[in-house]
Amino acid sequence: MIEIKDLHKSYQMGSNSLHVLKGIDFSVKEGELVAIMGSSGSGKSTLLNILGMLDEADSGSYFLDEVPIKGLNETKAAQYRNKFLGFVFQSFNLINYKTALENVALPLYYQRKKRKERIDKAMEYLGKVGLAEWATHLPSELSGGQKQRVAIARALAADPKVLLADEPTGALDSKTSYEVMDIIQSINDEGKTILVVTHEPDIADMCKRIVHLKDGVIVEDKEVEQVRASQYV
Amino acid sequence: MFDRDRWGEIFEAIGKNKLRTFLSGFTVALGILIFTILLGLGNGLLNSFLSSFVDDAQNIIFIRGGNTSKAYKGFQENRRIQFKNEDFEFIKSNYIGKVEFATPRIYRNGSAKYKKESGSYSIRAVHPDHQYLEKTIMMNGRYLNESDINERTKNIVIGRLVEKDLFKNEKALGKMLNVDGIAYKIIGVFQDSGGDNEERIIYMPYKTVQLLYGNNDHINQINLSYNMAMSTEQAIAFSKKIEEDFKEKFKVAPDDQSAIRVRSFAEDIKETMVILGGIYMIIFVVGIGTLISGVIGIGNIMTFSVKERTKELGIRKALGASPRSIIAMVLQESVLITSVAGYLGLILGILALKLIGNNLEKFFILNPKVDTGIIMTATMVLIFFGLLAGYIPARRAAKIKPIIALRDE
Repeated sequence: MIEIKDLHKSYQMGSNSLHVLKGIDFSVKEGELVAIMGSSGSGKSTLLNILGMLDEADSGSYFLDEVPIKGLNETKAAQYRNKFLGFVFQSFNLINYKTALENVALPLYYQRKKRKERIDKAMEYLGKVGLAEWATHLPSELSGGQKQRVAIARALAADPKVLLADEPTGALDSKTSYEVMDIIQSINDEGKTILVVTHEPDIADMCKRIVHLKDGVIVEDKEVEQVRASQYV
Repeated sequence: MFDRDRWGEIFEAIGKNKLRTFLSGFTVALGILIFTILLGLGNGLLNSFLSSFVDDAQNIIFIRGGNTSKAYKGFQENRRIQFKNEDFEFIKSNYIGKVEFATPRIYRNGSAKYKKESGSYSIRAVHPDHQYLEKTIMMNGRYLNESDINERTKNIVIGRLVEKDLFKNEKALGKMLNVDGIAYKIIGVFQDSGGDNEERIIYMPYKTVQLLYGNNDHINQINLSYNMAMSTEQAIAFSKKIEEDFKEKFKVAPDDQSAIRVRSFAEDIKETMVILGGIYMIIFVVGIGTLISGVIGIGNIMTFSVKERTKELGIRKALGASPRSIIAMVLQESVLITSVAGYLGLILGILALKLIGNNLEKFFILNPKVDTGIIMTATMVLIFFGLLAGYIPARRAAKIKPIIALRDE
């Protein structure tokens, strides 16, 4: 699903050049649930940005579902993001004046789907995260965990190939974190490929594979015995 | 542009961000409102200046005779200067090319009678040219003509209010009117923008009056209009020339102020034009100033609005919105708001001017109105600059990397 070879990325900081990614080789197969771990400055966010087409690598190759991701202009990148990727953020990033349902329906709007189809699909995914009865509520009326579940529903609505979650539990208490991870696991069980960036070991343990980044290189890449979140919920 | 879904999205954004909508709309509406009222009041000021000229032609010169105040060339002072037909002919034949229209005037009062109704009216005995000098508008029939003068017909033209007073609901045209015991035929009814008094006048052929009232060739006054091609300076010089010629003709001392009085509007017009120029200038400067401050206001609001939306726009980008769709959304929204608000301001402004109406006449503001074309242009300018002001931050927002927009807590 994801094929990365010898990925390099550096940032110009004034006169200095900061080499953030120093040759990453990394691949993810369909249906995997991968945790990307590392301390701040390890390059995990940069890697996720590149994976999410929010940023571009200096050198190296990146294939997403056998499509080469290179030299995309903004419009093309937006199209690919919409088609291939679903994002879940630490701070939820829901549009505050839209209801839960409208938020979930938004990626479908950018897919130019008909209104009826948007509403039906959005409702279906809200149901999937257990928030069907909260459809007409604004984000301000939802708890943190509920907001993140809406965000997950939104990320899934466009039926992306890969779900990218950047510290999805970073702003949640541990009980709610496990609830969210439970949902992520169940989505993964249905076959969705998911990448989770986290610095929390217990969250990483709930994935099937952990990739450790340090100073711009992968120092460890191991399969783990998945801890099911449902036992804590 | 006509994508129903996109408009839906925009209406939703407008409806749910009332403060933002109100702020940007308010700026535009206020700008246009102030601009409209200002322009209207300025025009009112202009109208009140111009209204002093609407009654008569602006290029008119009056020549009147009085009594001499000085002895001169063997004549004693306090001699009466009486104009005659030959003086009128002198004007017509002596200043060819400079005089446009000319008429003698003889003033009388007469009591007019029709059936049981009667009243006293001003009579003006005039030449057909008088119609153009006085800007008399014929409602029915015709004005006096040359053959009325030469044949000394008893044809008269009466004012609208004379008809109304004496004939009530009857049509006066073609009827006979008894004035001071003599029956005249009414050949025309006129109106005049100079007010009620100007419409209670009876016009007669001057030679007819001279024949019937005293059988002489006396004239009270000569009115003429000079060629419009003359500049104001030339016109002033021309009226001086007439005064000199007449003083010589009647053997009046050159510095005698009361014997021959030549009065033209040329100097008044010159002064008025300077004032009008000043007023135009002020309106222009203040109007432009209002527009500029409106544009700046919109620019500020747009920048603020886009900044406030940076995060939302970042989310939309992450979800697959193209930069173009982001810019289009922001701009369409702002155009919608500015157009509606601009139109609202325009309507309010025109309404306010209607309410003001002629209530401010004592402040020299008469009939304040605006040219819709100018206001539309002003609104367009505001919308255009609102667009421009919105485009710059919108483009920046569209370019910003979503990950940065989203991180910006």
